[in-house]
Amino acid sequence: MAQVRVTVDGVNYADDVEPRTLLVHYLRERLGKTGTLVGCDTSNCGACTVHLNGQSVKSCSVLAVQADGAEVTTIEGIACDGKLHPVQEAFNEKHALQCGYCTPGMIMQAIDLLGDNPDPDEQEVREGIEGNLCRCTGYQNIVRAVQSAAQKMKPGSPAQTDTPVSVAGGGN
Amino acid sequence: MTTTADPTTLEFGKARTRKEDARLITGRTKFTDAINLHGMLHLHVVRSPLAHATITGVDKTAAEASPGVIGVYTAADLGVEGVGLPCAWPITPDMKSPQRPLLAHTTVHFAGEGVAVVLARSAAEARDAADLVEVDYEPLEPVLNMEDALKEGATLVHPDLGTNENATWVFDSGAAGTGSSIDEAISAAEADADSIVLKRRFIQQRLIPAFMEPRACVVDPTGEQITVWAATQVPHILRTMTTVTLGVPESKLRVIAPDVGGGFGGKIGVLPEEMLCVALAQKTGKPIKWNETRSESLLAAHHGRDQIQDITITAKRDGTVTGLDVHLLADMGAYLGLVGPGVPILGAFMFNSIYKFPALKFTCTNVFTTKTLTDAYRGAGRPEATFAIERIMDELAVELGIEPMELRKKNWITHEEFPFTTVVGLTYDSGNYEQATAQAMEAFDYAGLRREQEERRASGDKVQLGIGISTFTEMCGLAPSRVLGSLSYGAGGWEAASIRMLATGKVEVITGASAHGQGHETAFSQIVADQLGVPFEDVEVLHGDTQISPKGLDTYGSRSLVVGGIAIVKAAEKVVAKAKKIAAHLLEASEDDIEFSGGTFTVKGTDKGKAIQEIAFAAFMAHDYPEDMEPNLDADAVYDPENFSYPHGTHLAAVEIDTETGRVNLRKYVCVDDIGTVVNPLIVEGQVHGGLAQGIAQALFEEANYDDQGTLVNGTFVDYTLPSAADLPSFDTSTVSTPATSNPLGVKGVGEAGTIASTPAIVNSVIDALRHLGVTNVEMPCTSQRVWRAIQEAKGNTTQETPIDTHSPGAGLGSIDPNNPQGEVQ
Ligand code: FES
Ligand code: FES
Repeated sequence: MAQVRVTVDGVNYADDVEPRTLLVHYLRERLGKTGTLVGCDTSNCGACTVHLNGQSVKSCSVLAVQADGAEVTTIEGIACDGKLHPVQEAFNEKHALQCGYCTPGMIMQAIDLLGDNPDPDEQEVREGIEGNLCRCTGYQNIVRAVQSAAQKMKPGSPAQTDTPVSVAGGGN
Repeated sequence: MTTTADPTTLEFGKARTRKEDARLITGRTKFTDAINLHGMLHLHVVRSPLAHATITGVDKTAAEASPGVIGVYTAADLGVEGVGLPCAWPITPDMKSPQRPLLAHTTVHFAGEGVAVVLARSAAEARDAADLVEVDYEPLEPVLNMEDALKEGATLVHPDLGTNENATWVFDSGAAGTGSSIDEAISAAEADADSIVLKRRFIQQRLIPAFMEPRACVVDPTGEQITVWAATQVPHILRTMTTVTLGVPESKLRVIAPDVGGGFGGKIGVLPEEMLCVALAQKTGKPIKWNETRSESLLAAHHGRDQIQDITITAKRDGTVTGLDVHLLADMGAYLGLVGPGVPILGAFMFNSIYKFPALKFTCTNVFTTKTLTDAYRGAGRPEATFAIERIMDELAVELGIEPMELRKKNWITHEEFPFTTVVGLTYDSGNYEQATAQAMEAFDYAGLRREQEERRASGDKVQLGIGISTFTEMCGLAPSRVLGSLSYGAGGWEAASIRMLATGKVEVITGASAHGQGHETAFSQIVADQLGVPFEDVEVLHGDTQISPKGLDTYGSRSLVVGGIAIVKAAEKVVAKAKKIAAHLLEASEDDIEFSGGTFTVKGTDKGKAIQEIAFAAFMAHDYPEDMEPNLDADAVYDPENFSYPHGTHLAAVEIDTETGRVNLRKYVCVDDIGTVVNPLIVEGQVHGGLAQGIAQALFEEANYDDQGTLVNGTFVDYTLPSAADLPSFDTSTVSTPATSNPLGVKGVGEAGTIASTPAIVNSVIDALRHLGVTNVEMPCTSQRVWRAIQEAKGNTTQETPIDTHSPGAGLGSIDPNNPQGEVQ
C-alpha cells in the first residue's frame, strides 16, 4: 500500500492505495467521483479527462500515487456556487452532448484548451479535442460549444463579470 | 392555481435545449458502473484467444487461490450447459440455429468467447485471477470466408447443423405479385440492344458499433424481485428474454436501464454476461457486477454489417431502370444474435429505394463463420441496401453516359405520385424528392463544383475533386406488428405510454421507449406540453425501469418518436377526454359545450373556464365529480403503427483526393433531410450530425479486421479507428418537411438517416474523383493506402498491400497527417 494525499474538487483526502491504482479508479471507487468516466483501456478516448494541477490529463494514464500532493479538478468541481462553468453552459446551449458519456472528459479538455488558446478557430478546437472521442455528436456541436464558451469567457463579457472562472492554463 | 401555456407559443418545433443535460454536464450521472451495492462481487470473463478450438481442459487451481477470489466457474460448474441465448427472428421455417451458450463448454467458436468466469471481491482481483485460469485448447480450422464456408467440404462452424448456411431468404416481386419477374426483366434486357444489364459486387465491411460506454450490468438478488441494472437499449426485452433464457418468472425480475452511454444497435442484445450475472447472483445470494473493458467490448460485443453484395441492374439506354436483382451473403458470425438473421432482411425492402423499379428480387444467404456475431448497427440492413443501390445508380450513370443526378431524377417517384406502392409492396405515404434535391444542390453549389472538377481534370491537378450523391429513403418506426408477424419476427412493434396527472398539476409521462442519448425527456415533454397545455417544465418523462414503465418495446429502428411519441399523444387524448367530463360537471355545462385549448376548458361562448391543473386537483380531491367515472385523469395507451414512416433526403459530398498520396479530404458535405414534422430542430440536427459521422466512418475509417487465424487484429481504440474531431469537417444540414400521413404528428424519425445516407455519398465521391484516371472501385474504408493503390493499379503499376490496411496513417488516426506524419510545422 502507498499513501496518497490529494485535493480533489477543493477537498483534501489522504488514503492508502495499492500502488498500481489508477487515478481514475481512485476517484471513482474511493472518492465516489463517478462523474469521471472510463471509456477505454488504451488511453485513447479521453472520457476520464481531469485537471491535475491545472493541466488536463487522462486520469486512466496516471497512477493515484503520482497525484500525491497534487490538486485534482473533476467535472464535479467546476461549477461554482451552483453556477455552471461557461463551458458546461455552452455544451447545453449548443447541444454538444447526446448520451453524455464523453461529456465530462470533453468539458475538462475544452477548459484546458481555452486556457491555452482563449479564442480558437474551428480547426484549433478540432485539434485541441482530438484526444477525446465522441460517438454520438459528430463533434460539430462540441466545436460550436467550445467556441461559444470562448466568447463568454472573454474578459468583460457578461458571463464573466459576476463569477471569476477558473481556467486551467499553460502547458501545451 | 395555474399557469397555462399560451397557445401561440407551441412547444412543437422549438429548439429547446435538453432537460437531461443538467446531470450529464455536471457528472451527476448514474451509468451502470456507478452502481455499487454492499457485498457486491465482481465478475470477469475468461475469454478464448482462439477462434475455433476444442476445450480439452480448464485448470482453475491457481485462479481460485488468487487473493479475493470467491469462485471460478465453467458452464458445467454452473449447470448451464443446456442454456442457450435467444434469437427472436427465425427468418425462415427451416432456419438453422445453433445453441448460443452462456459459456463455451466443449468448443469455442470465436476469439473472445467466454470459457469461464471469475468472481472476486474487486474488479481488479477478478481480472488478475482470470489471467491465471489455464484453458487447454485443441485448435480447429477457423472459418473466415463466407464463400468458402458455403463450399462442399468446408469446415463446419457447427457440425451438428450439417452446413454453414444459416438460412436463405428470398423476396421476388414477380412471385409476390407486387411487381414483375426479374428473370424476365433480365432476359428482356439481354435481348434488347436498347437495354443494358450491369453487374457489380460491393463489400460491406464489418463494423463495430463502439458506443462510448462499455457494456455493464449489476444484478441484485436480495429483494423480492431480482433487480438488474444494465447498459442496454432494451430493458423490457431484456426482462422478457431473461425469463425465456433462465426461467426466472418475469414478475420476479425488475430491469433498469439507468443512464446509458450510447447504443447504436450495439446494446439491443441479450448478453451471456447478463445471464451469468443473474445466475451467479442467484447462486451466491450477493449482488454481482460485470463491467467490460473496451478491448473486450470490441472483441465480444456484437458487430455489424459484413455483407457481400452482388447486384444486377437492368435499364433502358435512356436511363429508365427495369429491374434489380440482389444477391447477398451476410456474415452472422459464430452464433445468432437477438435479431441478427433479420438484419439483412430489414434491408430487403429498401434496395429499390426511391426508384420506380418494375421488378426486384432479393436473395440473402446468411452464413456462419468463426467470428464475433453480427446484429443491429445503426440502420441495420438499410445502410447496406442504400449503399448498394446508390453505388449502382452511379455505375449505371457512367455506363450510360448520363449525369448521375439526372439518372436519379428520371427514375424516382415524383411528389405527385404519393402515396406510392413500391415494387416490394410498401406504401410510401409522403415525400418530395425534387424539393430536397433542389435545396441540397443549391446549398452545395453542385454546378460550381462540377465546373471546378472539370478544370482540375483538365489541368491534371494533383488534387482531384470528386462529387458524390446519395438520394436515399429508409423505413422507420419499427413497426406495424402485423407486418412483423408476416416476417416471423418474435415480437410486436407497438409502444406503450402512460400519463399521470399529479394533484398539484404536474405531469408524469411514462414511456416504454428507453433513451440512451436521444433526448426523449425533452422531445416528449414538448409533445405533452402542447397536448395538455401545460408548461414544458412541468412535464417529467420517466423511462427505462420496468417497475416504473411496465410495458414497452424500447428504442431502436428510429421508433421512439414515431411509435412511442404517438402512444404518448394517444394517452394525452384520453387524459383530455376524462378532464373534459369533469370540467363539464364542475362548470355545470354539457360536455358538448366544452372546448379545450391552451390548457383550459371553457364553456363555449362564455368566459367560464377551468385550467387542466384545476381539474387534476379536483380529481385528486374527489369531492365533486361525475357519477359515471372514476376520480382520476390518468391514462394509458398502446399504439401499434399502421405503416412504417419513410424519411428521405439528398446528401451530397465533395472530396479532394491527393493523387500522389491517396489522402481523402472531405471538403464539403451538404444534406437536406425530409423527416416529416420536426419536434425539436436542435435534437434533429444533433442526430443527423452523429449519424453522418458514423456513416462517413464506414466509408473512410473503420473496419473490424481478422487475421487468417480468426483473431480480431484491431481490438482496441488504438487501431479500431473511430474518427476524432480532427478527422471530420462541419456539415451543412437542413430539413424540409412533407408530414407523414400515417401518424397524427406527421413525424417520420431521424435516428438513422445520417448513417444510412452518407456512406454511399462519400464512396461515390471518392470514385468520382478518380474515375477519369481509370479507377472503377475502391473498397471501404477508403483509406489513403487503398486509394493510392487503386490509382497505381489503374496506371498499371503493381502495388503491395500491407496486411491490414486500415492501419495505414490517416485512417482515422486523428491528427496524423500522412503527408506530415511528424506533425512538423511547415
Ligand atoms: S478511459 Fe482514459 S482515455 Fe479512455
Ligand atoms: S455524447 Fe455520447 S459519446 Fe459523446
